Amino acid sequence: MSQNDTNPQTAVAEDPTDESAVNRARVNTTRLLRTLLRNGKAVAGLSIILVFIILALLAPLLFPGDPSHITSDGASTPSLQHLLGTTTKGQDVLGLTLWGARSSLFVGFAAGIFSTIVGVLVGLSGAYFGRGLDEVLSLVTNVFLLVPGLPLLVILAAFMPPGIGTVIVVLVITGWAGSARVMRSQAMSIRGKDYVAAALVSGERPLRIMVREILPNMASVVMTTLLGCIIGSIGAQAGLEFLGLGDVNTISWGTNLFWATSDGSLMLGQWWIFVPSGLAIALVAFALALCNYAVDEITNPRLRRPKHATKSTAATTVARKEEK
Amino acid sequence: MSFLLRRLGFYLLAFWASITLNFLLPRLMPGDPVTRMLSRSQQRLEPQQVEALRTMMGVDGGPIIPEYFAYLGRILTGDFGMSISRFPTPVSEVIASQLPWTLLLGLTSLIIAVILGNLLGILAAWRRGGFLDSVAPPLLVFIGSFPYFWLAMGALYIFGINMGVAPMSHAFSVGLVPGFNLVFILDVAAHLILPALTIVLVSLGGWMLGMRNTMIATNSEDYILMAEAKGLRPHRIMLNYAARNAMLPSVTSMGMSIGFIVGGALLTEVVFAYPGVGYQLLGAVQGLDYPLMQGMFLTITAAVLIANFLVDLVYVRLDPRVRKG
Repeated sequence: MSQNDTNPQTAVAEDPTDESAVNRARVNTTRLLRTLLRNGKAVAGLSIILVFIILALLAPLLFPGDPSHITSDGASTPSLQHLLGTTTKGQDVLGLTLWGARSSLFVGFAAGIFSTIVGVLVGLSGAYFGRGLDEVLSLVTNVFLLVPGLPLLVILAAFMPPGIGTVIVVLVITGWAGSARVMRSQAMSIRGKDYVAAALVSGERPLRIMVREILPNMASVVMTTLLGCIIGSIGAQAGLEFLGLGDVNTISWGTNLFWATSDGSLMLGQWWIFVPSGLAIALVAFALALCNYAVDEITNPRLRRPKHATKSTAATTVARKEEK
Repeated sequence: MSFLLRRLGFYLLAFWASITLNFLLPRLMPGDPVTRMLSRSQQRLEPQQVEALRTMMGVDGGPIIPEYFAYLGRILTGDFGMSISRFPTPVSEVIASQLPWTLLLGLTSLIIAVILGNLLGILAAWRRGGFLDSVAPPLLVFIGSFPYFWLAMGALYIFGINMGVAPMSHAFSVGLVPGFNLVFILDVAAHLILPALTIVLVSLGGWMLGMRNTMIATNSEDYILMAEAKGLRPHRIMLNYAARNAMLPSVTSMGMSIGFIVGGALLTEVVFAYPGVGYQLLGAVQGLDYPLMQGMFLTITAAVLIANFLVDLVYVRLDPRVRKG
């Protein structure tokens, strides 16, 4: 990357041809953010995620000490002392859930971000350079897309030394292909635009064209892919740890569920032990999905809900006529 | 025809890639899987059996290229080695006894989810902003956010433990002899309901939204307007004109989601102690039974690839453009 990247201001001043692209990108991004904040789904989703992040950060203050410390007060129902009750080992369920948020969110976001980065790299370079490289990269991507994810996750995790690092690496290995495919098809369509041809003619280097001209114009697709990757990673991590393939000594939502089943709390009817962690996973995934649909709606006007069906697009004519 | 041949070549390549991955994994990872495995298992193994395992896992440090071809040969003849946790049953035998149950569970739930999800999507798109369109998508997305296995735990808790209306585990009642008679089939169906229901619930939302969004695009096509102008009945326009043309992406994603369903079925099986590949996989994981794990990975991959090829066949039938190209 060029030295200009650290300071976009000088980049604009030095290189007039770049100005339009950078400005366009910036306008695009800020406009996207502003519309996002006006969208109900996006606001709801973002606030749920924010609440979880704050709770995760506050966990050491709210529940100081080791949350997995075993006490004699085992399997008590929710009470004022333990708002969500305790596990069979006497650990506070609320404490475990809040502490679990730290690892679950960290691993989910980290794996999601890395998968997206790998996907962007593979997709962009394949679409930009085309020919042989594209053929090879597409082939590898398609193979990874087809190989069933969870079984691959399981054997990868079983052979690698347990730990959070392993979980992230394994999630990236199984998760990057989906984003690479989306990135490639999007980058392909931008690759054919006139301004990319103009940049090529003016002698810009490939890396610069990819990062400065193509990438900013697919910001919304990168965003939906990122959100999708994070959702997938959080779910896959939970599944992996539920099978006992994560690091069972770290506290996360997945390991909480693993311990809940291996302690038999399901069979004993202790619902308060397994409900909170699963609910937390679902809420975070739902919040991310809400953001995802919001971005979709903003970038694809056809999907927007017709508030009052005034202007007749063809889609609503049919539906309305039929309702009469 | 050339399309199908190309796809077939691609699937073979994908299968070769997963065999190679399987071969390389134990050789690339630090540590000695055989020692780890043997220290965990209670079985007494003969020295030459241990030696065979070491060769298979590549810990004896033999020349890698000949070993690789020997490995390829063994896999192609269906020899996955011995299972450690169920010693001395060969891995292929263990898998063969579990696979039908996974296929039954996975396919049942996939077919129900696809049909139901697509129908809901068609109806939702047809009445934009109607009741179904405004209530179902957010609800299904929310349900779809739950992990497969957690929803399974919830269903098991509510229907199995609290209400006691559904069987809690296994594929058929203990003491029943498997056979092709009504009693056995009904019993299997009863055991199938809860696991299949949870998978359908989780995957329904994706199908519905996918179909709805494509339908919305097809609804604005000129031929829909034309059909309307001709005075065709709305019912006919919806199914034969709009939905039919919106089906294609659904068929493609069906191929993709088979692998996903298998994954979901794995976790659901663990919760319901359903005797499929997933339940066995958990056993393999707990017993550090690497040969069984690898064998199952390859079998599941092969099953998914074959299923995808079948979807391609359907695709050729549905889309004449592919046939010509």
